[in-house]
Amino acid sequence: MIKKYLIWMATIITIGILVAILGYMLVNGLKFVVEDEDGIINFLFQAPKKAGKEGGISTIIANTIFMIVLTLIFCVPIGLGASIYISEYAGQRRSVTAIKFSIDTLAGIPSIIFGLFGFIFFSNYLKLGVGLLSGSLTLSIMVLPTIIKTSVEAINAVPISYREGSLALGATKWDTVKRVVLPSALPGILAGVVLAIGRIIGETAALTFTMGTDYRLADSLSSSARVLSTHLYLLTKEGISFERAFATANVLIIIILIINMASNRLIKRRTIVDE
Amino acid sequence: MLGREKKEHQSYIEIVLFICALLCVAAVVIITIFVLVSALPLFKEVRLSDFLFSTHWLPTSRKDPGFGILSFIIGSLYVTFGALVIAVPLGIATAIFLAEMSTPKMAEVLGSAVQLLAGIPSVIYGFFGVMVIAPKVRQLFGGSGYSVMSASIVLAIMILPTIISISEVAISAVPKGYKEASLSLGASKWQTIFKVILPAARPGILASIGLGIGRAVGETTAVLMVGGNAPIMPKGLTSMVRTLTMNIATDMGYASGLHRTALFATGGVLFVFIMLLNIFVQVIQKKVKKDI
Amino acid sequence: MSEAVKFNIRDLTVSYGNFKALHNVNMDIIENKVTALIGPSGCGKSTFLKTLNRMNDLVPNIGIEGRVLYDGKDIYSGYDVITLRKQVGMVFQASNVFPMSIYNNVAYGPRIHGIKSKKRLDHIVEESLKKAALWDEVKDRLNKDALSLSGGQQQRLCLARVMAVEPDVVLMDEPTSALDPVSTVQIEDLIRELKEHYTIVIVTHNMQQAARVSDFTVFFLNGEIVEMGSTEDIFYNPKDKRTEEYITGRFG
Repeated sequence: MIKKYLIWMATIITIGILVAILGYMLVNGLKFVVEDEDGIINFLFQAPKKAGKEGGISTIIANTIFMIVLTLIFCVPIGLGASIYISEYAGQRRSVTAIKFSIDTLAGIPSIIFGLFGFIFFSNYLKLGVGLLSGSLTLSIMVLPTIIKTSVEAINAVPISYREGSLALGATKWDTVKRVVLPSALPGILAGVVLAIGRIIGETAALTFTMGTDYRLADSLSSSARVLSTHLYLLTKEGISFERAFATANVLIIIILIINMASNRLIKRRTIVDE
Repeated sequence: MLGREKKEHQSYIEIVLFICALLCVAAVVIITIFVLVSALPLFKEVRLSDFLFSTHWLPTSRKDPGFGILSFIIGSLYVTFGALVIAVPLGIATAIFLAEMSTPKMAEVLGSAVQLLAGIPSVIYGFFGVMVIAPKVRQLFGGSGYSVMSASIVLAIMILPTIISISEVAISAVPKGYKEASLSLGASKWQTIFKVILPAARPGILASIGLGIGRAVGETTAVLMVGGNAPIMPKGLTSMVRTLTMNIATDMGYASGLHRTALFATGGVLFVFIMLLNIFVQVIQKKVKKDI
Repeated sequence: MSEAVKFNIRDLTVSYGNFKALHNVNMDIIENKVTALIGPSGCGKSTFLKTLNRMNDLVPNIGIEGRVLYDGKDIYSGYDVITLRKQVGMVFQASNVFPMSIYNNVAYGPRIHGIKSKKRLDHIVEESLKKAALWDEVKDRLNKDALSLSGGQQQRLCLARVMAVEPDVVLMDEPTSALDPVSTVQIEDLIRELKEHYTIVIVTHNMQQAARVSDFTVFFLNGEIVEMGSTEDIFYNPKDKRTEEYITGRFG
């Protein structure tokens, strides 16, 4: 009997931790996001001043969006291509074992190693410097496994009969993939992309020395750029402003909550494909 | 004529897709080479044994430079072990609850809670650690609060989702027949769970712990915020600690010359450890797949 | 009256690894007639059907020996598989409409074969749906999700999809096995109408269906042909004892 209570307790603690963290953050920071010294939702639309001690996070949100778009440009085509190869073309070939092993390995590498690699390879070896481009390239390798794993799963879930139906009409394999398989797998693939966005937004360690920490608006691919996560890290680490740290944390959490809901919805959904 | 054109088009597409897949392999190879090769120059000047087994870390000193990372290796092991002590029982118990005791509706809610826990960025956990956990530890146990203990607690929370979700899959995958056989022999539900189901799910549970270790050892931002980061050998639970990851992240911004190379080498040590751990986990997971 | 041969199959042997699914099959399939393939499960009749449009190519480790001549040309040597499948359409056991609108399901084939003109597509969609006796039921909701149709309608949509690529032969793999009696009758009526313009080969488990719709019947057992001939002969005057036993329901 006591075992039963212990297991109940453990479960309650797990949920309690989640509730405590979310609750603590929202209670302490949401108000500032909604209204700071200068007005309602001013925090989101004003540029930071004095290293973030004053002002808002508008440029940092913009930098974050640049980073997301840039990273997706690199990793979505490659990830999708690899997923299609693995689930539609590779069959029983031995190369698949190596490819799958590499993807699992990539998924296990800590972000600081990606950061180190990005610094050595993109910033120094390829001389791209410390900025948006180096940071995004680094991140795109990091999130490849997320995109590939969800996409492969989504593609494999498309019924074989769809492929047969298309091939029996004289469609080529690629026509079948492009016009029937991928559209049917689209919600699952999008869920993978959304999850990848979550990881991109949350990353800090891989970015500090590949993308830099300049809190001004990035104006080129080589601009050093501070994003939400690095901003929160620096505000806390340097003790610059705890109320702004709370507010930034809230913005991050709300984005993560939305991303979570979106990916869950997408995974559950079946869409109609239309041209 | 059209047929041939189409065929050539087809193989061209397959090649492009194959290259995409090959890039994943290339990424692993290039990462391995660049991280390890960048570390090599250090060992022209510092002996490997002095690097791995010395606690003397004074990379910027002119008089008596030291490049020993033993304190950080031990630091990583300490916080990881601490995290496991908390997260393994908690995680496995929650996994048992999810797989064996909850209704489908409950399991769905709990599952999405665990998923959310996994999705929260490490910087948020670090921030929560700084604001809540470190002050509590200071208040209850003394010291600065930025300590092995705080780092372990934060890491424990972070690896919980990994342990729960993978253990839950392993427990759910145990064939129903085992359970029915045990129950039909007159075993109680609890005897069945602990004597039949958990042993059958052991490889999967081990894999979850292996992945948890990987996450804990590799985590940077959160421990960097709550660990204290003093480059010393940690002496106890309330002592400050610097891990391998913290060592890289702290100095990378300004280090140069041999100091920088020593940081690459620290990354190399971490990388080799993680690679071995990954292989271990993948071997177990393959075994799991074969067994079922 | 001369009967043109559409398919001419000589010494066909099909194996999956070491297992021989079809053994030394010889058969002629006559143009503009309905040929029914009957036999117990696992007798090789579906495998045989899929050799006619090379859908078996998708199965790993498959071995195909012998010759399958379509209009005199060997489809397994130097024949473009895309062209073949365009000419030899197929309706599957479980309806496999794509998760698209009704219109796009039918327009799918013509589009992949290069037809872009909206006007031509509209025309093809209408004609194909009419041939499949579905037009009147769906003409007002062509843009609705095809999966919202009933099972029988979905199967007729699959047929319309095949019609849209203007095939020469239509293969049907137990097309009514998942349908209710009313829908089954509709499909059977369609088969009788369509044979004026198409050569039809149908695999069926349903003896009555074979008797109702086909001109010729082939009885398979353990990968070999036991007996074939006009449907009348097979059903009312079987020469082989095993055929008689199967027809009368004593096994299978």
